[in-house]
Amino acid sequence: MASATSDGTTRRDFLYIASGAVGAVGVGLAAWPFIDQMNPSAAVLAMSSTEVDLTPVQEGQQITIMWRSKPVFVRKRTAKEIEESKSVNVSDLPDGVARNANLPDAAPATDANRVIKPEWLVLIGICTHLGCIPLFNQGDFGGYLCPCHGSQYDTAGRIRRGPAPENLFIPPYAFMNDTRIKIG
Amino acid sequence: MRISLPLGLALAALVSTGVLAAETGPGIALPPKDVSFSFEGPFGHYDRAALQRGFQVYKEVCSACHSLNRVAFHALADEGGPGFTEAQAKAIAAGYKIAAGPNDKGETADANGNPLTRPGILADHFPAPFPNEEAARTANNGALPPDLSIIEKARNDGAHYVYSILTGFGEKPPAGFKVMENKYYNPYFPGWNISMPPPLNANSVTYSDGTKATVEQEAHDVVTFLAWAGEPKMEERKRMGFGVMLFLIAFAGVLFLSYRKMWADQH
Amino acid sequence: MSAGESTYVPKTGFTRWLDSRLPIVRFAHDTMLTYPTPKNLNIWWTFGGILAIMLVFQILTGVVLAMHYVANANMAFDSVENIMRDVNYGWLLRYAHANGASMFFLAVYVHMFRGLYYGSYKAPREVLWILGVVIYLLMMATAFFGYVLPWGQMSFWGATVITNLFSSIDQIVPHLGTAISTWLWGGFAVGDPTLNRFFSLHYLLPFVIFAVVGLHIWALHVPGNNNPLGIDVKGPQDTVPFHPYYTIKDGFYLVLFFILFAALVFYAPNFVGDVENYQPANPLVTPAEIVPEWYLLPFYAMLRSIPQKLMGVLVMFGAIATLFVVPWLDTSKVRSMRFRPMMRPFFWILVGACILLGYLGAKRPDAVWNLGGIEVSLVWPARLAALYYYAYFWLILPIVGLIETPKPLPDSIAKPVLAAAE
Repeated sequence: MASATSDGTTRRDFLYIASGAVGAVGVGLAAWPFIDQMNPSAAVLAMSSTEVDLTPVQEGQQITIMWRSKPVFVRKRTAKEIEESKSVNVSDLPDGVARNANLPDAAPATDANRVIKPEWLVLIGICTHLGCIPLFNQGDFGGYLCPCHGSQYDTAGRIRRGPAPENLFIPPYAFMNDTRIKIG
Repeated sequence: MRISLPLGLALAALVSTGVLAAETGPGIALPPKDVSFSFEGPFGHYDRAALQRGFQVYKEVCSACHSLNRVAFHALADEGGPGFTEAQAKAIAAGYKIAAGPNDKGETADANGNPLTRPGILADHFPAPFPNEEAARTANNGALPPDLSIIEKARNDGAHYVYSILTGFGEKPPAGFKVMENKYYNPYFPGWNISMPPPLNANSVTYSDGTKATVEQEAHDVVTFLAWAGEPKMEERKRMGFGVMLFLIAFAGVLFLSYRKMWADQH
Repeated sequence: MSAGESTYVPKTGFTRWLDSRLPIVRFAHDTMLTYPTPKNLNIWWTFGGILAIMLVFQILTGVVLAMHYVANANMAFDSVENIMRDVNYGWLLRYAHANGASMFFLAVYVHMFRGLYYGSYKAPREVLWILGVVIYLLMMATAFFGYVLPWGQMSFWGATVITNLFSSIDQIVPHLGTAISTWLWGGFAVGDPTLNRFFSLHYLLPFVIFAVVGLHIWALHVPGNNNPLGIDVKGPQDTVPFHPYYTIKDGFYLVLFFILFAALVFYAPNFVGDVENYQPANPLVTPAEIVPEWYLLPFYAMLRSIPQKLMGVLVMFGAIATLFVVPWLDTSKVRSMRFRPMMRPFFWILVGACILLGYLGAKRPDAVWNLGGIEVSLVWPARLAALYYYAYFWLILPIVGLIETPKPLPDSIAKPVLAAAE
């Protein structure tokens, strides 16, 4: 039946192992398209960055734009709001980490680490507790109040009171010029 | 296995007696012109320069009437396409006005009644020249210029057909053939009466790479561009196909040897 | 001859534990590894395995396509273009699924003609054959629903033509046919409700096919496989275990099949399709020629060859219904046509007639042949071929089986192999 060689393995076995290996490689290569098709399509990726014109936003006001299907608050802070935020001691904060995608993970939650230009606050408007959208300019800290379970954020979007564990996240963004930012 | 002899003889007889011959006659479209394109064949690819020139022809000539609404601006920067950089594609997109949603007051038009627009972004598709079918027909004597995104896949032998139409104007109709009102004679179009006026002339566009813009060149380039518009993944498909065929042939080879070896004890 | 005692012995603690609770490993072992298979099966026996693989392949590609497809009349066509352009490998999955359907039917026709040639439908395999015809019907329904989904011109108008056939029932029971068409449409014509339900059914039926395939394989394993000689297996000397002999043989032919499949998908992905379906559906514009996919053309030709609507429908459905009773129409004592020299040419003419019907099904209804100056409408060869189809099953098969003298059958499968007789 099989021709045995001196080391005990038969030529027939090598051929079968080779066939099996080629088959396994083929199945693996064929599986990739089935898996990758679930990754974001080119149409979705084309929407992965959004540019925002800042000129319509007045001081003390905020606009909400959608970025990657999430609401992003773009807020022009007043001088008073900036002062209030700067005067807070980071060690007093429930969450002392900046949560800023533009900075290293461990950066502390100073006011400077929450913005690029001090008057412009850009953050993802999703409460870090259970995902509701916080209300603008409400709560005791002049920032945001989440109506669902009462979390309160300050004028840099940092959690001050309530069940939310983390500061509101800052998305990756950059200034293209003085009046335009690109998010993502 | 024996193939049916009667069937083979029957087919041979039918072909030789002209029963299976093609039809000709007034109004029957001529077969498309036989020109070759870089994207034909199992190793075909898109000529990048032709794609960019063809895009220029579409933009400056065809887009006045024909939409390209399935092509997104970001596709211009994709692999296997015209080869624009992302910055160039962004600039092209920004040059177009896209219908904008309602403003904060809920208005969709400005004080003069013009629809609000915004510059295009990469995610947008090419905007249509007319807001709806009725407007398109009104502007074109009742005819509807078809969208060109997949025109070459929607016609038999699409690339040659479109090329023949574009270069098929200018001939005199045969004696006795009536060209209908608001139509033009083109023997490559079924019925020979086409609603589209001859779109291309020599130097309709001035190519930035200096290529001489004859009608044939312009047609060749826009046909290449439209082939890409309909099949942007063609190069990837043929490239992958080559690898897959090689793999399968090698796999068949090793399986065949295994099969023979396995069954050797049964013969 | 089905498998005798199971020879599976669980070797580990886990497999012994599992075997006493759900003998699934034993089941796989007995049906796919040690299952005794006649040793003389030829290439035409590889298509059953190919069909099983193609069913799984169509389900896999279909399920991932359904993650991106939108079954709404306003969005369906665009969602398919989104798949082709923007979904990662979407173009590959779509072309594989569309051409996979054609390859599926190519394999099923070879598989069916194999059954007819070698008498695989004859006792004791009648139920196996009938289950096969059920699978074939389900395949045609699935393919019909699937072709509507891209919502192109041919999707829409093909659906319109076929669903309109039911209105011919009005001639038997007034108003019933129209009621059925309206019920199928969910409206007064093919539209969005129709598309949505066709999507639901297209997703469902392949799993019904999967279940019937399970029954089909069970019905095969009870008597065991037929073989090219058409004679029964006499003992273990006539068989080999399915693994490794037929796993490797089926595997090899599967790869050859996939080479053809890959050539289509990568180099001619729109070859078997219709260019008309790259135009979005327009209820106000009828295409010049309404043509189904190639695998439905023979029935389409039969339908159109009869001018009277109801009769055309009956002739078409009758052709499929005929297949159910083939085991009882064949009176021959001999299974395989290798030993039936009188019957064999009639079989090949049947193959020719089916191919001719397929060719004619794609022609325009007013098409003619020019035979030496005389114009012959193509309905005549279509009628002739349809008549032959019916004659083959209802006249030739019963009559020839009674009058022919078959060639002498070999004593056993093992002997001709040793004597190299064939």
